[in-house]
Amino acid sequence: MENVLAQAKKVAEEAEVFMVSSEETPVQFEANRLKHIQSKQSTSMALRIIKQGRIGYATTTEVGDVQNLVNNAVETAQFGMRAKFELPSPTTYPQIDIFDPAVESTPVEKMVELGAELIAIVTGHTPDILCEAMVSKDTISLRILNSRGGQASYKKSIFSLGIMGSLIRDTDMLFVGESQSSCHPLTHPREVTEVVLQQLELAKNQASVLTRELPVILTPRGVASALIPSLMMAFNGKTVLEGASPIGGKLGKQVFDPKLWLWDDPTIAYRPHSRPCDDEGIPSQRTSLIEQGVVASFLYDLQTAALAKTRSTGNSGRGGGLPTPSPSAFTIAPGQTPFDEMVSDIKEGLVIEQLMGAEQGNILGGDFSGNVLLGYKVESGKIVGRVKDTMVSGNVYQVLKEVTAIGSEAEWVGGFLQTPPIYCPRLSVASKGLR
Amino acid sequence: MTDIEDAGRQLAEAIKGYSADYIEARLEQSQRSYITYRGKELESVGQATAVGGNVRALVRGGWGFVSFNSLSDLPRRIELAVKQATLVGKEESKLAPVEPVVDTVATEKDSPLTIPLAEKKQLLDEYNDIIWRTPKLQTSVIAYADSHKKTIFLSSLGSSIQQQRSDISLRLSAVAAEDGDVQQVGLSLGSRGDFSAIQGLHQPVEEMAKHAIALLSAPQVRGGEYTVVLDPVLAGVFVHEAFGHLSESDFVYENDRLREIMVLGRKFGSPELNIVDTAAMPGLRGSYKYDDEGVPATKTYLIREGELVGRLHSRETAAKMNEAPTGNARAISYLFPPIVRMTNTYIEPSKTSFDEIIADIKEGVYAKNWFGGTTSMEMFTFSAGEAYMIRNGKVAEALRPVMLTGNVFTTLNNIDAIGNDLDMNQGGGCGKAGQMPLPVSNGSPHIRIRKCLVGGK
Repeated sequence: MENVLAQAKKVAEEAEVFMVSSEETPVQFEANRLKHIQSKQSTSMALRIIKQGRIGYATTTEVGDVQNLVNNAVETAQFGMRAKFELPSPTTYPQIDIFDPAVESTPVEKMVELGAELIAIVTGHTPDILCEAMVSKDTISLRILNSRGGQASYKKSIFSLGIMGSLIRDTDMLFVGESQSSCHPLTHPREVTEVVLQQLELAKNQASVLTRELPVILTPRGVASALIPSLMMAFNGKTVLEGASPIGGKLGKQVFDPKLWLWDDPTIAYRPHSRPCDDEGIPSQRTSLIEQGVVASFLYDLQTAALAKTRSTGNSGRGGGLPTPSPSAFTIAPGQTPFDEMVSDIKEGLVIEQLMGAEQGNILGGDFSGNVLLGYKVESGKIVGRVKDTMVSGNVYQVLKEVTAIGSEAEWVGGFLQTPPIYCPRLSVASKGLR
Repeated sequence: MTDIEDAGRQLAEAIKGYSADYIEARLEQSQRSYITYRGKELESVGQATAVGGNVRALVRGGWGFVSFNSLSDLPRRIELAVKQATLVGKEESKLAPVEPVVDTVATEKDSPLTIPLAEKKQLLDEYNDIIWRTPKLQTSVIAYADSHKKTIFLSSLGSSIQQQRSDISLRLSAVAAEDGDVQQVGLSLGSRGDFSAIQGLHQPVEEMAKHAIALLSAPQVRGGEYTVVLDPVLAGVFVHEAFGHLSESDFVYENDRLREIMVLGRKFGSPELNIVDTAAMPGLRGSYKYDDEGVPATKTYLIREGELVGRLHSRETAAKMNEAPTGNARAISYLFPPIVRMTNTYIEPSKTSFDEIIADIKEGVYAKNWFGGTTSMEMFTFSAGEAYMIRNGKVAEALRPVMLTGNVFTTLNNIDAIGNDLDMNQGGGCGKAGQMPLPVSNGSPHIRIRKCLVGGK
C-alpha cells in the first residue's frame, strides 16, 4: 500500500489508497439438508487521486500490479469531477469493539450443528415445511492511507444465522423467515426461530380484505420493506444537494410526527454495521436525523459535504466505486405502546411483515406500493389470519406525518435497522374483489 | 495484468491429483469502466480490473466451494473444496451426463474498453444536455458501465473451455420536482458490447425528460383490478418475474409439493401462450455458447400452447428430475458457484395488433417501460415506468407510474390477447441468491391481462 501511495504521489497532487480483504465461510442448508460449504477469500485495492484538481479512480484485485492501477487512475482523472475536499490528516478514532476472535475460531462442524438445530426447531413445529438455512462467519480487514499522512485500519468479525421456510399447500405458498447477525458468534438458534414460529402460528388461517383504506401496523420487518428505502435516500446528502430530496429544504422544520426520532449510528459495540471510521478515514459518529419529528441533519461524505458547504458526518461508503454518502445503521427510537395494545386498538386492519416490491416504485418521491408477501388481518383487536393477493400503497411523508403509535419493543432487522413497530392510521389497500 | 492461461494449465493438471465425484474450476479476468453523471456534472469515472477463480467439488451429493483472488497455491484450494464437500456429502452424487468439451469462444465484438473514455463521455454529455434543456427539471442520473471478461472453465470430465464476453449497460433517469413532490422517469439499455446500441438515443432521452415533468401534474390511479395492457418491455419483465423464476428447477427439484404443482402438462394459460428461454440466440445479453458448468446452450420451451412443457436446469437438477440438462447454470462471477438462471426469456408473438388489443377496453390501464420487478414464486410484482388510462378503446391521460401484482396460477390464465410485435429488451439485470445484476434479456409482444391488480390510492 505504501508503495502504491508513493507511486501515485509522483503523478498526482493528492492520493488515497484503500484496501479491504475478507475471509468468509458460509454453510448452507437446502431442502432441510446440509448442501454446501464455501470458503471465500477476497482482496481489493482502490486508488483515488487528485490530479490538476480533478478526481481519478481505479480499483484492482491484483495488489501487486501497482503501475496498472496508477495508470488507470490517471487516465480517469482527465474527466473526473473537481475535488472540493481535503483528505483527512492524522487523527484519533473512537474505540468501537467490532472484533471477536471467537468468530474466526468457530469450527465449521459447530456451524453445521447450528444450522441443523435451526431446521430441527422449525420442522419440529411444522413437519411439512422446507427450509433453507445459512450459518456464516466472516472476517474483514480494512486499511486506508493518504498523502496527508492520514491512516486508519480496523478488523471486524461478523457471524450470522438465518432461516427461510416455505410451506406449500396445493397452489398456496407461505414464506417465513428471519436472520440475525453480530460481531460475536451467535449460539442461540431459538432467538432466530422464535420469530419464524410466531409467523407460522399467525399465518395458519387465511383471511381476506376488500379494497379500501385501513389502519396498518408495520412490524420492524414491515418498516424495513415499506419505509426505509425512501428515508435512506431522502437523508442522503447527495440527494439533498441535488434538490431531489422531498425534505431537503426542511432542515429544522416539523415534517414528521413529534413521536418520531431517527438517527444513524455506526458506534454501537459488536454490531455488524459499526466501525471506528468511514471509508475515507473520517471518525465515526452518531448523527441525529429526526428529533421529535423535526429534520435534524443529513448524511455526508467529504466531497458532498464540501459541495454543500458543511462537514462530513463520517458516512462515506464504497460499493465498488468512488466514496459516496451511505447510511451505516438506522435506529428509530422506541415509543410507548406495546405491540399487543396496538393490535387490540384495531377494529379492522392489517399487520404487515413483508411488503414485496415496495422499493421498486418512486421511492425518491416517498411512494411505496407492494404486494403483502407476509401480513395478517386484524378483526376486533385480534389477528385472525394471513392475507394475500393484496397490495398496500402509501407515501412515506404522508404516513409518517401522523402516526397513531410507535411500539415500545425495538428489534434489529438485517443488521442495518433497529426499529419498533409503527402503527399508521390509514393506508390504501387494494385486493381482488370489489372496487 | 496476470494471464490466467498459465494458471489454467496448472489447475487442469492439479485437478487430476484429487479424488472426488466431480471437480470443476473457473478462472476469470475482467476489466470494467464506468461513468456516472448526477445532475449537470459528471460525478464519477473509474476503471477496475479483477483476477480471480474458484474450485467446486462434489462428494456424495455434498458441495464444497472455494473462491480466491490470489492464484498462488492452487492445489491447496482444490484440497479445501474436496475436504468441505466430504464433510457435507452423505448421499449419492447425481449429475446429468454431458460430453467433455474443449473449445475457445472469442467475442463477437471488440471489447468496449478499447473505445476511448473521451468518446463515451462525449455521447453521455449529449444526452445530459438534452435532459437539461427540459424546463422544470430537478436533477438527472446517467450511469454507464462496460466490461470485458475472459473465463477458463476446467472439469474433472476433461472439459477445457475458454470464453470471452463483453457487456454494456446504460441507465438514464430524469427527476422532476415541485412543492416537495418528486417524480422520475428512466430508460435502460444494454448490449453485448456493441456501443452503437446506445448511440442515437437523443429522441427517446428527450421524451423521457419531458415525461418526468408531465408526471407532476398526472393523477395517481385508484387501486383495484383493471384490464391491463403491457408494452413489450414491461411484458418482458412480467414473463421473467411471473413465470421465468418458477421454471428455474433449483426451486423445484428437492421440493415434492412444488414438483406436484409444476408437473409437465399442467395448464397455465390459453393455447395462444408460448414462453421460451434460450441462450442459443446469438448477440443478446443473456446469450452464450456454454454455461458455467460447460453445458452447451439450448432453446427451451417453458410453456407451449398454454401448457407447462419444460424447465431450466443445471446438471444436478436435471439428474434429480430425470430430465435433460438445458445449459442454464450461471455464475455472475468467480465469487459464486453457478445456479440455475434465465438467459433470454420471451413470449412468442401471435396475431393481434395493438389497436385490436385496446379496441374493446372501456376502462383500463396501459403500462409501459419497466422500473423493477420481483417474485416470491406464487405472487409477483412488477412496476411500470410509464402508465396511461385506456378509455373507450383509446390511450388516454398519463398516470403516475403504477405497481402491478399477480398470482402465477391465475394471472397467466388471464392473458387474453397476445400481439404480433415481439421486441427484446436488453436493459435488465436479474438478481437471485445475492448474485446480481446478471445480464439477461426479456421480451414479448404487447399483451392484455384481464383482472390485474394495480396498487394505488
